[in-house]
Amino acid sequence: MAIQNSFKNPPLSAKIGMVTLSVFIFFAIFAPVIAPYGEAESIGKTWASPSSEFLLGTDNIGRDMLSRIMFGARMTLGVATACTLLSFLIGITMGLLAAVAGKILDQILSRFVDLMLSIPILVFALMILSMFGSSLFTLIITIGVLDSFRVFRLARSVAVNIVVTEFVEVARLRGEGLWWIMTREVLPNALPPMIAEFGLRFCFNFLFVAGLSFLGLGIQPPFADWGGMVRENGRAIAFGIPAPLWPAIAIGLTTISVNMIVDWILSLNARPSGASAEM
Amino acid sequence: MTAPILKIQNLRIENLVGDVLVDNASLSLMRGKVLGLIGESGAGKSTIGLAAMSYARGGCKITGGHVEIDGVVIQDLSAEGRAKFRGRRIAYVAQSAAASFNPAHTLMDQVCEMPVHHCVRSRIEAQAWAVDMFRLLELPDPANFGARYPHQVSGGQLQRAMAIMAISANPDIVVFDEPTTALDVTTQLEVLVLIKNLIRDYNIAALYITHDLAVVAQIADHIMVLRQGKIVELETTQSILNSPKKTYTKELVADRQTSDVFREIILKDDQEVILDAANITAHYGDFKVLKDVSITVAKGETVAIVGESGSGKTSLARVIVGLTKLTSGDLTFLGKKLSPSLKHRSRNDLRKIQLIYQQPDVALNPRHTVGDIIGRPIKFYFNRTADEVRKRTLELLEQVGLPADYYYRKSTALSGGQKQRICIARALAAEPTLIICDEPTSALDQLVADEILKLLQQLQDELNISYLVITHDLGIVRRIAHRTAVLLNGELVASGATSTIFKPPFHPYTEILLQSVPELRENWLDELSARRAI
Repeated sequence: MAIQNSFKNPPLSAKIGMVTLSVFIFFAIFAPVIAPYGEAESIGKTWASPSSEFLLGTDNIGRDMLSRIMFGARMTLGVATACTLLSFLIGITMGLLAAVAGKILDQILSRFVDLMLSIPILVFALMILSMFGSSLFTLIITIGVLDSFRVFRLARSVAVNIVVTEFVEVARLRGEGLWWIMTREVLPNALPPMIAEFGLRFCFNFLFVAGLSFLGLGIQPPFADWGGMVRENGRAIAFGIPAPLWPAIAIGLTTISVNMIVDWILSLNARPSGASAEM
Repeated sequence: MTAPILKIQNLRIENLVGDVLVDNASLSLMRGKVLGLIGESGAGKSTIGLAAMSYARGGCKITGGHVEIDGVVIQDLSAEGRAKFRGRRIAYVAQSAAASFNPAHTLMDQVCEMPVHHCVRSRIEAQAWAVDMFRLLELPDPANFGARYPHQVSGGQLQRAMAIMAISANPDIVVFDEPTTALDVTTQLEVLVLIKNLIRDYNIAALYITHDLAVVAQIADHIMVLRQGKIVELETTQSILNSPKKTYTKELVADRQTSDVFREIILKDDQEVILDAANITAHYGDFKVLKDVSITVAKGETVAIVGESGSGKTSLARVIVGLTKLTSGDLTFLGKKLSPSLKHRSRNDLRKIQLIYQQPDVALNPRHTVGDIIGRPIKFYFNRTADEVRKRTLELLEQVGLPADYYYRKSTALSGGQKQRICIARALAAEPTLIICDEPTSALDQLVADEILKLLQQLQDELNISYLVITHDLGIVRRIAHRTAVLLNGELVASGATSTIFKPPFHPYTEILLQSVPELRENWLDELSARRAI
C-alpha cells in the first residue's frame, strides 16, 4: 500500500525531472513540426546573439540554435535510447543464461566479461569507431555491445538470487527447458530491479554518445547533436558568446532529470546487490 | 496488593495506511509472573510485545492507549528517556537469535554491552557474571564461550546467549518473542527449561509470545489469546486449558489435543511398492549426509520421515527427486530404475513424483497468476488445448477447496494456507503417483496447518496417491502417517508402522524425540525435567 502511494506521489525532484525530460522528448518527437527553421538550414550570421528571430542565437555557420537543439534532442536521445535497449537486450539475455545454464557457461561468460571490462571503454570505443568508421549503425552497435557487459554483470547477479528460489526448482523438476526458465520464471522477477538501472545506463550512454560526438567520432554532420554542437561552437566561448552553452545545458539538464527520476525509482525498490553504477 | 510492573491500557496500533494491527489491548503484569500471548501470525502478538517497550516496527504507529512500566508512562518520555528504560528495565528476546546477533562481534562483547552501557556492572564484573551465566545455562566451555562469534555456536546455544543478554542489566520485564520456535524439539525443551528457571530465579515478569499452546502452558501463569489484533480471551492458564470459553480458544485447545491420537490404519500386505530407495548414501562435499538409508513407499500409503534439522531428511527427499546426486544405492520407482540425475529422467518419471515445499511463498512465482501456475503442468505434460487446461485448472482449484475466481489472482495476494493449497493443486495437476511433502505445514498456523493435513488425507482417499512426508513434528506423523522412519545424523535409527514406532519398546532416540514434544498439560515440563534429572 505504501509503495503504491509513493508511486502516485513522486517527490518534487522526480516531478521536475519528469517535466524536463518530457519537454526534451517532446522536442525529439516533434522537431520537424515545431522547430522554427530546418536542421541544417544556414539562415543567419555566424554566432548571432539571441533575438526575437533566433531565440537562442545562431551557431558557427549561421544555423538557428533552438532548431538545432530540438533536432539534436532527436539524435542524441534517440541514439542513447537505442544503445541502451540493445545493451539491455544482450546483457539481460546473456546474464540470465549465465545464471540459469550452469557453472561452466557462467564461468566462460563471466570471465570473458571481466576481460572486456578491463579495457577502458572510451579507448575501446574510439578504436572500433576509427576502424569501422562512424556511421549511426556502428555507433549504436559499438556502444550497445560495450555497455552490455555492465548490464550482464547486474542481470547475472540479480538472476542468481532468483535461480536458487524454489519456484525455479519446481520448474526444473517439471523438466522445463532453459528458455522457459529464463523467460518465464526468472525474467519477470529480475525486471523490476533492472528498471532503475535502465535509467542510469541511459544516462551513461547518453553522456558517452555526447562525448564521442564532441570528439568527432559520434554522430556526424550535418545531423545536429548536442555533443557535436558543443564542439562546433566551442571556440565562441573565447569571444564571450554563449553559443556552446545551450547544447551543454541541454546535456546537463537531461542527465540531471533522468537521475532525479532514477533516484525516486530506486527509493521505491531497494537497490539489488551487485548493481554497478560506475562508468 | 502491589502495583503491576507493566501495565498496558487500551493500546491501539495502526500501520501507515490506517489498518488497525492491535485494537484496544489491555494487560497488566505483576513481578515474577508470566503472561503468554498466543495467536496466529498476524494476530498482533509481536506487535504488542514490542509496544510494551513503547516501540513500533517500521511502518507502524502507536495511536492510542498507554504503556506504563512501574508507574511511569514511557510513551511520554523523550527518546533518551525511553532508551534508558529499554534494556535496563525491559528487555527483548527475539525469535531468530541467529539473525539478531551481530556477526562481527564476539558473544561476550554483545552480552556485556548492555550492563556496561547502563552502568549496572563494570566490564570486568559483567564478564565474570556472563561466565557464571554461561555455566548456569549449561553452555559448553563457559570460560571461553564468550570468545566465540555467533556463527560458531548452534541455534539453541545462541538462543540461550540471547536470554542471558536480555537479563544482563537485571531488567524487571523480559519480552520473549517465540524464543524456541526456530529450534528442534529436543533443543526447544532444553531452552524452555532454562528460560523457566531464569524467570523463577531472577523474579522477572515476562511476556511470552508463541503460537504453540502447549509451550505456553508450561511457562505462563496467564494466557492471552489474540486474533486479528483483538483479545479473544485472557484467563489463567488452567482455565484456558480446561474450560476455554470462546469458540476460537476451544478450537485451538481441541486441535492441539487431537494430535495426540494415532491415525487408525490398516496396512495391506499386498500393496504394490512404488518407490524403493535402497542403501542410499549421499555427500555434500566430503560430508556424508545420508548413510545407507533404505525406505519404501507403497501405493496409497503415507510414509513419514522424522528427524531434527541436520538429520538428512530433506537430503533424502532431494535425492529421490534427483536434485542431489546419490553416491551409492539404488532408486527403483514403479519397477524401473530411476536415474540419480534429474537431467536423465524421462518427462513421465518427473511427472509422477511431485514435491511440495515448506515455504509456499517462495515455491510460487510471484509474477504468475494462479491459473498460470496450476495450468502449466497440465499443458506441459499432457499437451491439452487452452480450453481443456482452463477447465482442468478450475477442477483442481475446486478440489483443493479454493473458489474459481482465484484463477486470475497473483499468488502474492493469497494467505499462507491458500498458497499451500495452490502448491498442492500444482502437484496434483501432474497426476502424480507419489507426492513428497517437505515440512508441508511448518510454515503455517496451527489451525491452517490442520486444514492442509485434512486436505492431504482427503486427496489420498480420493486419488490413492502416496505421500512421503518429511517433518520434525511428531504430531503430524501420528495423525497422517501409516509408516514412519526416524533419521538421526543421516542414519536410519528406526522404521516401521507408525503405531509400532510410537509404542514401547522405543528406540532410545525415538523416546527422546517423543518425550520432547510439549504436551498440553500444565505441569508436563516440570514432570519431565524431574524425571530426566533422576
